[in-house]
Amino acid sequence: MAEAQGVVDAVAVLAEAVGAIPGVERAVVEIGEVVAHVPRASLLPVMTTLRDDPRFACAQLMDLCGVDWPQRSERFDVVYNLLSIARNHRVRVITTTDDVAPVPSVHRLWPCATWWEREAWDLFGILFAGQPDHRRILTDYGFEGHPLRKDFPLTGYVETRYDEDRKAVVYEPVRLAQDFRDFDFVSPWEGMLTLPGDEKAHAQRATRRTEQG
Amino acid sequence: MAEPEVTAAGQAAEAVERRVVEIDSHAINFGPQHPAAHGVLRLVLEMDGEVVERADPHVGLLHRGTEKLIEHKSYMQALPYFDRLDYVSPMCEEHAFALATEKLLGIEVPPRAKWIRTLFAEITRVLNHLLNITTYGLDVGAITPVMWGFEEREKLLEFHEAASGARLHANYFRPGGVAKDLPAGLEERIAEWADAFPKLVDDLQTLLTGNRIWKQRTVDIGSIGAEDALAWGFSGPCLRASGVPWDLRRSQPYDMYDQVEFEVPVGRNGDCYDRYLVRMEEMRQSAFIVKQCLARMQPGPVKVQDNKIAPPRRADMKRSMESLIHHFKLYTEGYHVPAGATYTAVESPKGEFGVYLVADGSNRPYRCKIRPTGFAHLQAIEVLSKRHMLADAVAIIGSLDLVFGEVDR
Repeated sequence: MAEAQGVVDAVAVLAEAVGAIPGVERAVVEIGEVVAHVPRASLLPVMTTLRDDPRFACAQLMDLCGVDWPQRSERFDVVYNLLSIARNHRVRVITTTDDVAPVPSVHRLWPCATWWEREAWDLFGILFAGQPDHRRILTDYGFEGHPLRKDFPLTGYVETRYDEDRKAVVYEPVRLAQDFRDFDFVSPWEGMLTLPGDEKAHAQRATRRTEQG
Repeated sequence: MAEPEVTAAGQAAEAVERRVVEIDSHAINFGPQHPAAHGVLRLVLEMDGEVVERADPHVGLLHRGTEKLIEHKSYMQALPYFDRLDYVSPMCEEHAFALATEKLLGIEVPPRAKWIRTLFAEITRVLNHLLNITTYGLDVGAITPVMWGFEEREKLLEFHEAASGARLHANYFRPGGVAKDLPAGLEERIAEWADAFPKLVDDLQTLLTGNRIWKQRTVDIGSIGAEDALAWGFSGPCLRASGVPWDLRRSQPYDMYDQVEFEVPVGRNGDCYDRYLVRMEEMRQSAFIVKQCLARMQPGPVKVQDNKIAPPRRADMKRSMESLIHHFKLYTEGYHVPAGATYTAVESPKGEFGVYLVADGSNRPYRCKIRPTGFAHLQAIEVLSKRHMLADAVAIIGSLDLVFGEVDR
């Protein structure tokens, strides 16, 4: 138990130290993990500090990915998961962008970023400034669109088959034998929290929930 | 047809200015249908004679959109996709997703489930290393290891089948525990195997470790230093072969890894031979961990006793209306996971396999990013194979332990 408390303290201390780096908007602990929100403009200096400062020593970029939140004006989160094997901790850096503003590339800090950035470009259409290799990586040659965006349909737009007559692989608009079904499991009993005339009870329920959690 | 007049003097001057350099350069396509490409890797190699100048891997030929599909599935339905990522070590991939979901749900798994998971994660590690080492041997011309290794793999796959019902795509580790308890007698069979297995590793070693041809093909081939390996995002045996003693099972333990003893083998030179040696030793350590798991496992529940997350027993469903409702709700709607995000990684046999899971409070993952291990390793192939012979590129691909189900997702 004392050991677990020590880990919790260490994470809190780390989050505080990360939050104190100039350029970091805020750093918090989420479910025991350090998350730093960094604006695009100060991404490179912050990343350099995280890599080179011996307090952080994040020698490894384990993962870089995008997350799409289409309702926001800057719809993409770009998430960097850093690992320090010298100090045995992880730091998650999150920056935001939209589909036109480029994020500074970190491939000079961690050469492995190139493929992760290519992947983020391919799947989300996130641009990276200073990335010399901006090809697609996972999708087909000549693919159009960015499939992991929330507004990209699960079935895609084209399907491919081998055409015996033309002796070639052809692309055609996707045809569904039945309508695409996406089940919505929000039950009316759980989904409609405010029934007409029931606003007072709902307000009470909401305050009770905030008190509890 | 008035040709520009060229004087003899002009020609001589031009010859001095223009230097003709003859280079024997050509690009070759290695794969995507090449037996040594370990799947569907298209490697565009720019060659200078028989020496690799530039290697440009084209991946994505096996891209199935796993991450997109998971966004449209409930958490329970998302799990089998993980078997199909790295189909050589299915249970370790499930492990990452199960741990990530449990972290978001904030649930604690009963001890027996943790022991079973640790046990099968290690069995999976042996499965993976056996396949890697033996097919790697095949790539560079050793035929016998594959015969011996695959016979042993068959025994292990029988354990998989006995526990989960499937040889390869197990769908066994679930958020909240494991799908079902081990059948009677399986623990004894696994114990028997764990006693006999180190002998096979010894035999395998006599075939390869001191073998002159094997060493000629692997020693000092594709070496990478510790600093480079870190910068390129290496993990697992490939990182340890470069002399970095880093193992998530030791430094960030999950499930019962903090309760078992094992050693972390570390290489020195970071070449193909060291990567092979590290894997050989890891198999011995895995057998040792398996024995400890079996010795310390106690009877008990194998999943959380909360029917909102783990399905009720089938016998209960025949008698209890509540269990029936729980079952129906679980297998249609699934469970809702509170909003939050986590990056959870496990030490899969190939290295760090991570899942970045974003939940929005609904019954489906909002985003499930899979951090494949081989993706980072494959990227470094350009560095590893520069100025090596073409045949060495094959050895390097083999030593990185790539599975394209995982790299391409």
